[in-house]
Amino acid sequence: MIFYALAFAFGCLALATVLAMWRLIFAPTIGDRLLALDTMFIDAIGLIVLFGIATGVQTYFEAAMIIAMLGFISTVAYARFVLRGDIIE
Amino acid sequence: MILEVFVSLFIVVGAFFALVGSYGLIKLDNPMARLHGPTKASTLGIGSLLIASVAYSVLQDDLSLHELLITAFLFVTAPISAHFIAKAHIHQHIDDDEMPSPPRDTSWAVRRPPDPPADD
Repeated sequence: MIFYALAFAFGCLALATVLAMWRLIFAPTIGDRLLALDTMFIDAIGLIVLFGIATGVQTYFEAAMIIAMLGFISTVAYARFVLRGDIIE
Repeated sequence: MILEVFVSLFIVVGAFFALVGSYGLIKLDNPMARLHGPTKASTLGIGSLLIASVAYSVLQDDLSLHELLITAFLFVTAPISAHFIAKAHIHQHIDDDEMPSPPRDTSWAVRRPPDPPADD
């Protein structure tokens, strides 16, 4: 049963990543681009967690943690750049 | 058996909400409204997937709780990044006369401060 749930979830998250990428490419404003990038990071975390469940290897959760941190830092840095034209003043 | 149902249910719910978040990103028509969509993906979606992951580690007789660390981190950082995205949007796309006047100061912090009076 977990196998079918995993197959469904991989499909859903892949579709979610594609939708976020669509919004990243065809974004009306730069805020949407930031938001789509943030969503793609979230979807990547979800995919890695699913992959960790599918393989039963614990190490992938450290990778998911690192991607969560990188996603936050890069979103804030990009927003900061849009706001100020500079990241570290 | 019941734990397997539990894990499967949380995986399906998490994946569904991740999809709903991205669909909201496409579907909603206002940039500020679009901020709402991905928050569902990050809290409900990733939260459910990580609960499923913890339950699956119980199923394998190898309890690991460090997935909860990712949930805690996302719950702390998601409002901050949403705040920054909203600030960037206001800074670039909303005019001064569309904004309400700030309670105490002369201008909002995201705004360029008014030019100082020329001393001649």
